Amino acid sequence: MIQLKNLSKHFTTVDGPVDALRHINLTVNDGDIYGIIGMSGAGKSTLVRCINMLERPTEGNVILDGRDLGTLSNAELRKVRRKVTMIFQSFNLLMQRTCLKNVMLPLKLIHMPREQAEKRAMELLELVGLPDKANSYPAQLSGGQQQRVAIARALATEPRLLLCDEATSALDPKTTHAILELIRDINRKMGITVIVITHQMSVVQEICNKVSILEHGEVVEEGDVSEVFSNPRSNAAKNLIYPEMADGNSLVSEGGQKIRVIFNGAMASKEPLIAKMAVDCGILASILGASTRSVGDRAYGYILLDIPGTPADLAKAVSYLSQMPDVMVQVEAEYEAKEAVME
Amino acid sequence: MNFANAFTPERMQEAWKVLLTEFPFAIWETVYSTLLATLLAIVIGLPLGVILVTGEAKGIRPLPRPLMSFLNLLINLLRSVPFIILMVMIIPLTRVIVGTSVGTLASVVPLTVAAFPFIARLVESSLREINPNIIETAQSMGATPMQIIFHVLLPESVPSLITNFTLAITTIMGYTAMSGAVGGGGLGKLALAYGYQRYRYAVLYLAVIVLVIITQVIQSFGTWLARKCDKRLKH
Repeated sequence: MIQLKNLSKHFTTVDGPVDALRHINLTVNDGDIYGIIGMSGAGKSTLVRCINMLERPTEGNVILDGRDLGTLSNAELRKVRRKVTMIFQSFNLLMQRTCLKNVMLPLKLIHMPREQAEKRAMELLELVGLPDKANSYPAQLSGGQQQRVAIARALATEPRLLLCDEATSALDPKTTHAILELIRDINRKMGITVIVITHQMSVVQEICNKVSILEHGEVVEEGDVSEVFSNPRSNAAKNLIYPEMADGNSLVSEGGQKIRVIFNGAMASKEPLIAKMAVDCGILASILGASTRSVGDRAYGYILLDIPGTPADLAKAVSYLSQMPDVMVQVEAEYEAKEAVME
Repeated sequence: MNFANAFTPERMQEAWKVLLTEFPFAIWETVYSTLLATLLAIVIGLPLGVILVTGEAKGIRPLPRPLMSFLNLLINLLRSVPFIILMVMIIPLTRVIVGTSVGTLASVVPLTVAAFPFIARLVESSLREINPNIIETAQSMGATPMQIIFHVLLPESVPSLITNFTLAITTIMGYTAMSGAVGGGGLGKLALAYGYQRYRYAVLYLAVIVLVIITQVIQSFGTWLARKCDKRLKH
């Protein structure tokens, strides 16, 4: 288990002090694939570097299996880093060394005998599907292949935690998918806990079970991926999950009544809900926008509806839709605020 | 003297004789003092260049600021003294080390002193070309500063180091010609003492031609080797 407690990081730059991270509290359980997502500049990279102390936090603690990493000596920290390895956006392979030698590097650092290291490196290259590239140089490989070699290298010292810093951001969607599969495989088969730093919601959606949303150095939302996706509460989360609907208000006609119908499971999405409401209640809702997606094994999403008529109709629609299993209804707060101002 | 007289058949015959008798040994002296001085300068300059990069405040193993300032100042001082003056200035040091200040071996001392700060700066620039992300990656694996130097910094900069050392060799060879003025042997001495002072211009030009050829050979070999070693290029 890894815990971040009240973690803060301040930098002093020429433009004055910067609070890169502010009072971060996170718990990553063993076996998790934990996503940390945020726009660029949110502090993700600093956060992941605090976990293995490449950046020393200004305040707070990083606790790995009960040990506070901030209190360790450099030598002890180097030992910890064999068990908390990292892969990067730019792969960062040694360009003058063959793939095999690249994978052998962490083993050479711990003085493993050459033959043994070579054998282990070969096994790892087989694991990532590149045994035939052992004697190739990184420049001869595609981005996806280079990231596979980097993953093999990160696994060489049998880590218990793998940190992925925008590991798929430089790859095309198809390669991204393949690399994420590999990471998930590693998580499941080898029991390695994974922390994924990304700005891509699709990455979190594809492999993570937990997610934290980072904005301006703060965690603004945290929880199971399915929960956060089906009902994002913070604006940052809404922007990331439904970028196309970030500014939903602009769609509503003046004087309309807007509700957000949130689907929280596969059953609801199969019902012809809006049509049934028209038949049962006589409310002819118009759809202003919708976004649904499947997360894990279930479908999630929402529809933004404009409900014509009186506030009574609105209340009727809300109570009708709320009865449905796995459906939540929110009267859009922003709209109400707007109306209040108009009055 | 009349310049045209320098190339009369008699003079050319004399020059040809000098070419056959004096040049082989002079070439050897030049190559010997160049390579020995380069080697010694690398022995001192390579670690110094590494320290310049790793020891700075944001380096992988920061060293005390006063020490870094001292090293930088020393290098800049030595780099700014013209070689011909440096050679005379350090005659006492040469005497201490070699026992004499005259001769080819003695000229290796000032050559080394002039070349090691140059090499240090070249090594520094080679190491700075390394992608900092790769250094961070090594740190994330738990590499010690020494391991980063020997497993990452130096191996990754081999092609650049070869290119820069080639540049250093050709520059040092230029210096050996100057050392001819203060008792060093080689093609420079031959050109100056035989060609210039005794008005045998044909000899002077021949010496220059041979120097140009040697420089070309070294440069071509260095360029070829650097390209061959660089695995970033797709072969």
